[in-house]
Amino acid sequence: MTENALEISGVSKRFGDNLANDNISLSLAKGEIVALLGENGAGKTTLMNILFGHYVPDSGKVSVMGAELPQGKPREAIRAGIGMVHQHFSLAPNLTVLENVITGTQGIWSLATDTKSARKKLIEISKRFGLIVDPDARLGDLSVGEQQRVEILKALYNDAQILVLDEPTAVLTNIEAEQMFSTLKDMAKQGLSLIFISHKLDEVMATADRIFVLRGGKSVAERLVGDTNKSELAELMVGREVKRPVREASKPGNVILNASGVSVVKDGVERLKQADFHVREGEVLGIIGVSGNGQATLAQLLSGTAKRSKGSIALFGDEVGDLSVPDVVELGIGRIPEDRNHEGVIGEMAIWENAILERISEFSKNGLVDRTAGVKFADEVINAFDVRGATPTKRIRLLSGGNMQKLILGRNLLKQPKLLLAAQPARGLDEGAVAAVHERILNARKDGTGVILISEDLDEVLALADRIQAIVGGQLSPSVSAKDADARKMGLMMSGEWDDQEVGDEV
Amino acid sequence: MRFERRERQPLLLILATPLIAVIAALALSGVLIALAGAPVFEAYWNIVKGAFGSRLSTTETLTRAIPLMLTGLAAAIAFRAKLWNIGAEGQLYIGAITVCAISSQFLSGLPSFIQIPILLICGAIAGMILLLIPLWLRLRFSVDEVVTTLLLNFVAILFVSMLIDTVLKDPLAFGWPQSLPVADEAMLPRVLTRSRLHIGLFIAMALAIIIYLIQTRTVFGLQSRAAGLNPEAAVFAGVPLARTLVLVAMISGGFAGLAGAVEVMGVQGYVTTELSPGFGYSGIVVAMLANLNPIGVILAALFIAAMFVGADGMSRVMEIPTYIADVTVALSLLSMLVAIFFTQYRIRR
Amino acid sequence: MNEIIDILSSAGLWAAVLRIATPLIFGTLGALLCERAGVLNLGIEGIMTFGAMIGWLAVFNGADLWTGILIAAISGGVFGLLHALFTVTLGLSQHVSGLGVTLFASSFSYYIFRLLVPVAGTPPTIEAFQPIDVPGLSSLPFFGPAFFTQTPPTYLAIVLAFILAYIIFKTPMGLAIRMTGENPHAAEAQGINPIVIRYGCVIFGSALMAIGGAFLTLSAFNSFFPTMVQGRGWICIALVVFASWRPSHALLGALLFAFFDGFQFRLQTVLSGVVPYQVFLMIPYILSITALAVMARRARVPQALMQPFRRGER
Repeated sequence: MTENALEISGVSKRFGDNLANDNISLSLAKGEIVALLGENGAGKTTLMNILFGHYVPDSGKVSVMGAELPQGKPREAIRAGIGMVHQHFSLAPNLTVLENVITGTQGIWSLATDTKSARKKLIEISKRFGLIVDPDARLGDLSVGEQQRVEILKALYNDAQILVLDEPTAVLTNIEAEQMFSTLKDMAKQGLSLIFISHKLDEVMATADRIFVLRGGKSVAERLVGDTNKSELAELMVGREVKRPVREASKPGNVILNASGVSVVKDGVERLKQADFHVREGEVLGIIGVSGNGQATLAQLLSGTAKRSKGSIALFGDEVGDLSVPDVVELGIGRIPEDRNHEGVIGEMAIWENAILERISEFSKNGLVDRTAGVKFADEVINAFDVRGATPTKRIRLLSGGNMQKLILGRNLLKQPKLLLAAQPARGLDEGAVAAVHERILNARKDGTGVILISEDLDEVLALADRIQAIVGGQLSPSVSAKDADARKMGLMMSGEWDDQEVGDEV
Repeated sequence: MRFERRERQPLLLILATPLIAVIAALALSGVLIALAGAPVFEAYWNIVKGAFGSRLSTTETLTRAIPLMLTGLAAAIAFRAKLWNIGAEGQLYIGAITVCAISSQFLSGLPSFIQIPILLICGAIAGMILLLIPLWLRLRFSVDEVVTTLLLNFVAILFVSMLIDTVLKDPLAFGWPQSLPVADEAMLPRVLTRSRLHIGLFIAMALAIIIYLIQTRTVFGLQSRAAGLNPEAAVFAGVPLARTLVLVAMISGGFAGLAGAVEVMGVQGYVTTELSPGFGYSGIVVAMLANLNPIGVILAALFIAAMFVGADGMSRVMEIPTYIADVTVALSLLSMLVAIFFTQYRIRR
Repeated sequence: MNEIIDILSSAGLWAAVLRIATPLIFGTLGALLCERAGVLNLGIEGIMTFGAMIGWLAVFNGADLWTGILIAAISGGVFGLLHALFTVTLGLSQHVSGLGVTLFASSFSYYIFRLLVPVAGTPPTIEAFQPIDVPGLSSLPFFGPAFFTQTPPTYLAIVLAFILAYIIFKTPMGLAIRMTGENPHAAEAQGINPIVIRYGCVIFGSALMAIGGAFLTLSAFNSFFPTMVQGRGWICIALVVFASWRPSHALLGALLFAFFDGFQFRLQTVLSGVVPYQVFLMIPYILSITALAVMARRARVPQALMQPFRRGER
């Protein structure tokens, strides 16, 4: 047997009470693509951080090409030929591509940066692997796909022989993702070894040679791609039968929101262009698209934190002007923000304060906060929505992401909104919490709430939505019925290819 | 070794932090006193005597604490909403000179019960206006208010210096740059005879309690705390961010202006450029020592006033510069920062 | 009008501009270095005060002038270490920590000064730096007396601006510093230790600030008195923004600023009696505020400025 490019043996790592990695072993041969499959919290990222020297394991070791790697030293990991492509790019938007790539590659005490040979090497590598970018472009001016190329180039520039990619497709369109996987296969053919971390079964099956499944910090299975199938992997990954909530057919009622020709300009850029969409009672409208295409602006517009520059919006049959947040809340629109920690909650404030802040006028009198009523409301939310580990006076930052999200859902749904805006409601949650969130949304739909679901997760949209529109570069596609949508069609829509004639529902 | 965030912060620890910080600061200053070749405990005993040793010194300490309470409140209110008002010193001077100007130019002859409230309000408004400028620059041009409020301190003091050199100069002051005095009717009533202690003490303490109630009971209090802790989430929840900050700035600047008004109307009677021995800057320390709690501000102001008054007394009998008080105050700010850190984090391995 | 032309054409004005600019150049470069690595250092005002005091004290006690400068630099580095400990290791608020350092450093310098130098009617003085003629250039008409008869620290400040510009933009070290100020996690992923970089920049930057302070007592004046720094530190912080975090622009900004300061000082004598002198003294501060308002949105702020870096926390 030839020597493995990478050998992880018996690695364990504990954070407080949480055993993030429990005696994990893994090997990677030269020219091989291995997928590391697991849910959020399965320990994938911890393992990769140990591999890369960001964390020191409690026990176990990592060897590269037969030589043991010193622990906790990123520099040694780079030197040994490990390159990491993070899910959240480790790049500096104000520096150029070249600068981003060569930082840390030359002796820190040398008197001049050798840009000439660095540029030559970069261009060579980018040609060899088909990763074309302008070395002198300011990184912040590049598209997300290009930025990812830079991230990969950075690793290759350091002569990486082993490339670790953490959820590489999380931010890409289907088309971009397909391109990237063909690039990865090409790299493997040229002798690189790759590990990629994912929870998406399709891409794992399509790309990897061998698959490791992690669950709850343990390595639960190892399969060659030919010996397994999606359903086996799904079961291994989750370890139990997950009940995805079933969507019952519903009869959408009256149109409660109708937007036509709506544009929003922010910081001088038109982020939403002439968008047309509508939602009916008891209906879920799914808005799909790669993040950064105007979803955030659309969500802000409906949340009352952005104003439109053009177009008209009718709510519950009446034309409305610019809406403030209190207006929106009062009209009965529930809002689940995209970014829980930044927008949804204030970590250092109590749970009851977080529960009532957006409807403060209901919970105050003459400018005085009605604490008793607020605590009571928080208690109701906690009980009705099964927010675990919560008491009204506890600071909300002590809750887990899933429970925080349940609280956000609860503070909206307990007031039975007529319209619910849910932006990425299941992002970053584990399977169990995802199912709970989805069930609540479908219940609301059954009760006649109209839902706008903004999501990047196509499975989620297929599971929940009745109609689907894609958003690309601030433009909304016409809607298609969820029945007619499959992954391929949605992929095309997300890359901007749609038929203008197609209409799923006429107002 | 690394730091790990504490799940919960024990209440006892939070209450003990200022005490720990003060003890640490006194210990560090003790080293400096020892370096000066003086007996440390005797020096501290003399500071205690200087601050509380007699009826006169005790009332002096209380008198000195009044502007510190007000500037401390000014800082505490602003910092809680993450509005970095470092301009209390300038706001204090502007408040003070406004009181002198209005009292001497427009109100002479009016009875106390009319003059005093009008002047206090005018002083506060002047302070407000001075803080609204940097706030406007922040909201309009995203200029960091720390630097602008700091710079405006110098502008404000020069402005005051100009006025007391020209239009508001007291002709009876033998050429000294000193402002026209406020009218006798404008002087705040004394609390005790044969002392300078005036009713400003009760005004400041009452305001501290009012601010405490506002922060804990009102919608504005909740919203301004939200705005400080997480502005994005506050906006998402419908907190009117700019309006909240403007209100916070008005209260903060107003209190600093009031500190100047009270110091003139309670103690000095007129304005010079030596009116404040850094009350504005010490107010920041007061606020931090109080952990931004308005009630805590009262105690922290008393401590710092005692340090200054006590050090004055101590330096009369020992060869230690009074600057030791400033050093201790600065050190207690730094120790408090560390102490607060350890209420939030613990050391792991 | 004639008076203004007279002022502008006097070599004395231009010589004064360089003199006034020197402490600002040192201070601005120091603050700029700290901020490039992601740390706002509001300790500057106090560090300059301490540098002024300790440099003077060393020379007063028999050290030579350059030793005075060196001692000031070391003391600045120690305060920088303190600020770095608070802001980098503990990740405390850079605003409050910086103000704390300023309060401590200035009160500590007054304390030491009072303790070691007895109170006297006129403050004691030292033999300050003398202007040095640049061979060949100092004999030029106008330009000679205007620009080439300065004290050595002034030349040092100007050279330093270019050196720092080179380091920041042309060396691997500078790239590491910029990356740390833009995205410390990215820097770490590239094998750079952002904590070491930040410590280094804050310590070295603070040393420069202290040298700027020492210039005041060892070259511009020859004695130390409390409050002599007069907000110069805060002006430097504003100049960093004005300069968009570029050393060459910092040099220009400091010179421009010094020009206005020198000009207003001379204008005072012309306009005395008409306009109160305080109006002129306000100009530098108002100018700084204006510069901030104009530049704050245009400048490319280091993205990680004031963001504490904690390993593993994103």
